Amino acid sequence: MLVGVSSGAQQYPSDEEVNTQATGVDLSGEWTPVREEDNTGNTELGDWVGIPMNEAARLRAMAWVASIQTLPEWQCRPHAVSYISRGPSQLRISKEVDPVSRTVTAWHMEWLRSIDKPVYMDGRRHPSENAPHTWGGFSTGQWIGDMLKITTTHIKEEYLKRDGVFHSDRIKVNQFLIRRGNYLTYILVEYDPVYLTEPLIRSTEYVIDPHQNIPPYPCNVVEEVDRPKGIVPHNMPGTAQYYADVKDFATRYNIPWDVVTAGAETMYPEIQAKIAAGRAKNAPAR
Amino acid sequence: MRTILLACAAIAPLAAAPMIAQQNRAAAKVAPADDIEILHVHGSIYMLAGAGGNITVSAGKDGVLLVDTGLAENADMVLAAVQRLQRQLQVKEQPVDLHWGAETRGTLQSSLNPIGPAKPIRYIVNTHAHPDHVGGNERIAKAGRTFTGGNVAGDIADAGQGAAIIAYETVLNRMSAPTGALAATPEGAWPTDTFHQESMKLSHFFNGDAVQIVHVPDGHTDGDSIVYFRGSDVIAAGDLFVMTTYPVIDVERGGTINGIIDGLNKMLDIVIPEFRMEGGTMVVPGHGRMSDGADLAYYRDMVTIIRDRIQTMIKQGKTLEQVKAAKVTGDYDPRWGATSGAWTTEKFIDAAYKTLAPKSAPPKPTGTTKKKSQ
Repeated sequence: MLVGVSSGAQQYPSDEEVNTQATGVDLSGEWTPVREEDNTGNTELGDWVGIPMNEAARLRAMAWVASIQTLPEWQCRPHAVSYISRGPSQLRISKEVDPVSRTVTAWHMEWLRSIDKPVYMDGRRHPSENAPHTWGGFSTGQWIGDMLKITTTHIKEEYLKRDGVFHSDRIKVNQFLIRRGNYLTYILVEYDPVYLTEPLIRSTEYVIDPHQNIPPYPCNVVEEVDRPKGIVPHNMPGTAQYYADVKDFATRYNIPWDVVTAGAETMYPEIQAKIAAGRAKNAPAR
Repeated sequence: MRTILLACAAIAPLAAAPMIAQQNRAAAKVAPADDIEILHVHGSIYMLAGAGGNITVSAGKDGVLLVDTGLAENADMVLAAVQRLQRQLQVKEQPVDLHWGAETRGTLQSSLNPIGPAKPIRYIVNTHAHPDHVGGNERIAKAGRTFTGGNVAGDIADAGQGAAIIAYETVLNRMSAPTGALAATPEGAWPTDTFHQESMKLSHFFNGDAVQIVHVPDGHTDGDSIVYFRGSDVIAAGDLFVMTTYPVIDVERGGTINGIIDGLNKMLDIVIPEFRMEGGTMVVPGHGRMSDGADLAYYRDMVTIIRDRIQTMIKQGKTLEQVKAAKVTGDYDPRWGATSGAWTTEKFIDAAYKTLAPKSAPPKPTGTTKKKSQ
């Protein structure tokens, strides 16, 4: 399916052929995620498999410690747009309708703990590069047949996974929403010139749940750790902790370190041969 | 690219214009200077981008206050942008209420002339002395007219001529010169009102804001100030916070990496987000896009983490070359680093190392010293 999206011209008209007057399908409703192996919610330190990370992204992930999230400036942050659909969160989609023409002028997407993400359908342009960035970014949508393509820019720097794997504030995310009856496929194609060597493509499956209500997520910043002012927690390069945290994943699942750190290579099936070769090499001699 | 080049102009020395400054000025001229962008920040506060360093503008019924003035060659463009902004604001103003018979003047005249004369530029505040932030001082100040200061209102005919220019004392020292010496900038560009304490306040609200100017010692330079508009809730950060490069540390003029971090933390102390660590207090960086507390926190984290790495290696006795070889900025270089231009990653590490390394002991006096008789 993912390959089908990247070569969408086979299934769908190209962007140039898009009928901007198309009304698409109704996406509004309460959607709950379908749990499957690609959508496992929380992650583990050092689990970088399947992400086209560059060297800088790996260095940053190795220096990351979860304790940074106890800083007052980190508490109460929502999940940004590039992560939240990957988390174990429900999704609410509502629509904003022009009262005269009754056309949908914007979709509003809201996940647990996230802020409202409007998707404008009125043809407006994206803001200038000097405009502020937000967790939800600035999104515009267009129909490609019955598939909604969303382009999101102006996203704050944030994690791709909650193990220190970050994207930058220069990321651009294309999203594709495909409704098939009670199921909704949500595909993200993420382009980050700072930390990714290739587009990161991920998908999430939702099913309609009319009984669902996304609960509120109140949050107050508190003093979680008594530490001197100005401290920013991080792993210092050269210390044992710098490697221990992230190598634990590779050790536990017997994945060779050169596979874990292979970046884009880990997105493709050929990586399985490298895993097998690495395991054979590391296997104790009989 | 342009923003990076302009950011780098910040380290150009004021007096002699070395090649680095000339290159950056040339780059600024090549860029279309007539596209200065106006962005609304909050309340009465706007950001002008494209004139050199970012310019923060308070515009309203009290007139105009500018934080910094951009490069000298863009001053006319800045004035044009300010006038454009004022016209936009006047158009937005509510129409005059209908009057009644006892009023002493009718409304017809105002309906014929709905847009009155724009209020003048009253104040300029300089965040530091670099030419991409003070270059337009002379031209723009001349176009303004300040409120008279102190107790001289009405007593001295020319007291209100030109906008007042406010800055920390060392900014004036950098821009001027002792009598008989050649000054770095023309007298008309010099600050007219300086302060020596840790902060000063405008003595009255301006366009609805209390305005506080807070000095940050030894940060980007030795004369940095941040300007806090308490009401619109906006901080003009100067080059203590930029969204384009690693922090520029002008070591020759008293800048230090720890001063930068202190300045970033000082701003974070002021910031209160609106919701979910987003919005609320907005921050106009010296260069680059408009920001808020979350952006500021990311930047503080990055600078602090790099500082900690360099500091640790210094304590371990590592040389500057060893620090560079360790790639202490490797995780942040694709976003903030540069291998060419005036402010490279290497120069950032040089400056950080230099300001963190213990000062070498002063040379021992040469010549004979008499031993004390025992």
